[in-house]
Amino acid sequence: MQPLRVHKGLVAPLNRSNVDTDQIIPKQFLKRIERTGYGDFLFYDWRLCADGSPDPGFVLNSPRYKGASILVAGRNFGCGSSREHAAWALSDFGFRVVIAPSFADIFLSNCSKNGMLTVVLPEDSVAHLLQNAEAKQNYELTVDVEKATVSDAFGFAAAFPIDPFKQYCLLNGLDDIGLTLRHQDDIARFEIARPSWLSGVGGS
Amino acid sequence: MPNPKTLFEKIWEQHLVRQAEGEPALLYIDLHLVHEVTSPQAFEGLRINGRKVRRPDLTVATVDHNVPTTAADRFDIKDLVAARQVEALRTNCAENNIRLFDIGSVEQGIVHVIGPELGLTRPGMTIVCGDSHTSTHGAFGALAFGIGTSEVEHVLATQCLLQQMPKTMRVEVSGKLPEGVTAKDLALGIIGRIGTDGGTGYVIEYAGEAIRALSMESRMTLCNMSIESGARAGMVAPDETAFRYLEGRRFAPKGAEWDAALAHWKSLATDPGAAYDRVVEIDAALLTPYVTWGTNPGMVAPITGSVPDPANATSDAESVSIRRALEYMDLRPGTQLADVAVDRVFIGSCTNARIEDLRAAARVLRGHHVHPKVRVMVVPGSQTVKAAAEQEGLDRIFKDAGAEWRESGCSMCLGMNPDTLSPGERCASTSNRNFEGRQGRGGRTHLVSPSMAAAAAVMGHFTDVRSWDYKD
Ligand code: SF4
Repeated sequence: MQPLRVHKGLVAPLNRSNVDTDQIIPKQFLKRIERTGYGDFLFYDWRLCADGSPDPGFVLNSPRYKGASILVAGRNFGCGSSREHAAWALSDFGFRVVIAPSFADIFLSNCSKNGMLTVVLPEDSVAHLLQNAEAKQNYELTVDVEKATVSDAFGFAAAFPIDPFKQYCLLNGLDDIGLTLRHQDDIARFEIARPSWLSGVGGS
Repeated sequence: MPNPKTLFEKIWEQHLVRQAEGEPALLYIDLHLVHEVTSPQAFEGLRINGRKVRRPDLTVATVDHNVPTTAADRFDIKDLVAARQVEALRTNCAENNIRLFDIGSVEQGIVHVIGPELGLTRPGMTIVCGDSHTSTHGAFGALAFGIGTSEVEHVLATQCLLQQMPKTMRVEVSGKLPEGVTAKDLALGIIGRIGTDGGTGYVIEYAGEAIRALSMESRMTLCNMSIESGARAGMVAPDETAFRYLEGRRFAPKGAEWDAALAHWKSLATDPGAAYDRVVEIDAALLTPYVTWGTNPGMVAPITGSVPDPANATSDAESVSIRRALEYMDLRPGTQLADVAVDRVFIGSCTNARIEDLRAAARVLRGHHVHPKVRVMVVPGSQTVKAAAEQEGLDRIFKDAGAEWRESGCSMCLGMNPDTLSPGERCASTSNRNFEGRQGRGGRTHLVSPSMAAAAAVMGHFTDVRSWDYKD
């Protein structure tokens, strides 16, 4: 996983709340067995008209936001299914940071496992950022993971809450399976103490 | 009682492998359910890193999302990408010694249907699956939640999961559910009340007289929908209803093991006086059958109600989202829900495709015929459910009424297989999500209970099943 320390990038505004994972990546793309290549399918039904042509009204089709790496959206972003494909698609499309007033739980953890930062800011700050991204050309934000701050060149600066463990993993690009495997002894000890009626449900 | 604890807290503590300052808890996982869609990249990750599945004996797989639901297509999946995914699961299970309920198995079915019916799901367990509706298994008093593919890989490799401790919410449902009001309506009523993000960050425990009175299958329906309010998990304290359901099931403990397990299960209920971070009280008597009108499960109204007017919204943001939803759903403010006509009816999914759901739908359909303009699909949740329904003759009732009786799978709950809505089609669905395009691009989904779906099938539009003309 690539470490994420300080990230400066172009902001794309997605002024919608309750953006669900079915919109972020529709189900027909979940049949693939690869982990990469989902960027083309991001917001597929919103980006493309029924005839397959790009919908000029959809924000990510606007040339202004080409190359955006920070997405700002409304509350409860990423609700719905557990599909990690949603995080893969955002990341593959080029997003490293998503900013919203709130996120769905599973989506949050899927992002952090893929080196993507989710930033929770109050509704009014998000509204301000959405407005700036719409009004100002090439509107950029700087996100500092270590200091846990978001700022722009026009005087906006805000701190955001970040879980210290998540912060540590992002800063160092750590794979948490590797971290857990360091505690094999604890796991083995726990397993010995499990009652026998809990074992043996599977195995062919 | 000194230091009273909630059901959730007990299970959490009993599964703590490690808790270090500033780190998430390391929780042991008792049962890991796997399906074809969210697992291939996890197995691939193990292979790349030279890691092994730590406990294949605590891992169980099935195919459900992609499988066709017609007998003819089942063994010959025409969609090659889907076929490759199913094949990948077979290979991964064979290579890693994992039990797979494959297509053709008499026990294949939707992962959240087969776990309970095989007795794999039990009280006090931690259960995860790469699927958000894993919350279903909380009906047994298990801590069960959905995870992403990286976490699937983590559990495969370590049989553990890193988790931040969630908050707890008690949803206390007093009184009795009125006739014609089901667990599905209760779930929709709760989401309508707390919102699609009201449960975010919480594990919900459903309690109270109305919950105690629910059958296990109804509790599963309710817990299944917990994720639609954003909750990490939903749970119900295990009681005699749960123990009776479990006894004798294929993988349930037997003999002395059963006695030991039972003693443990009886200790799990929340202690009197235990505290929750939030309490929500609901009076069951005030609930009605519900129909969703919008594009998330919180956009819901009683069947006696009408489509809301964005002009009456409490905020600009809400007004915008209502307008957007009505545009997608092609509905006008003020339209009575009972006047909304449907093209399709889907009775199925991990929310409502168990035998009691099928009985409820069949009871409505018996002696009636499906409206000539409506196409109805009934998709049992598992092959076990299918066999039981056929034993009782429910399949005859469905077919006589003009509905299609199909093979088990997720089917049109999300349309990853050939079962989908066409653009513009309107569907009364017993599934759990009415998101844009969920059942097929441009399709319009209204969530309802099985009996409400069956009634809509006959009438050709939504109708209040409380005044149904039952022919039994
Ligand atoms: S039935 Fe629907 S919600 Fe349930 S597991 Fe299948 S796709 Fe997911």
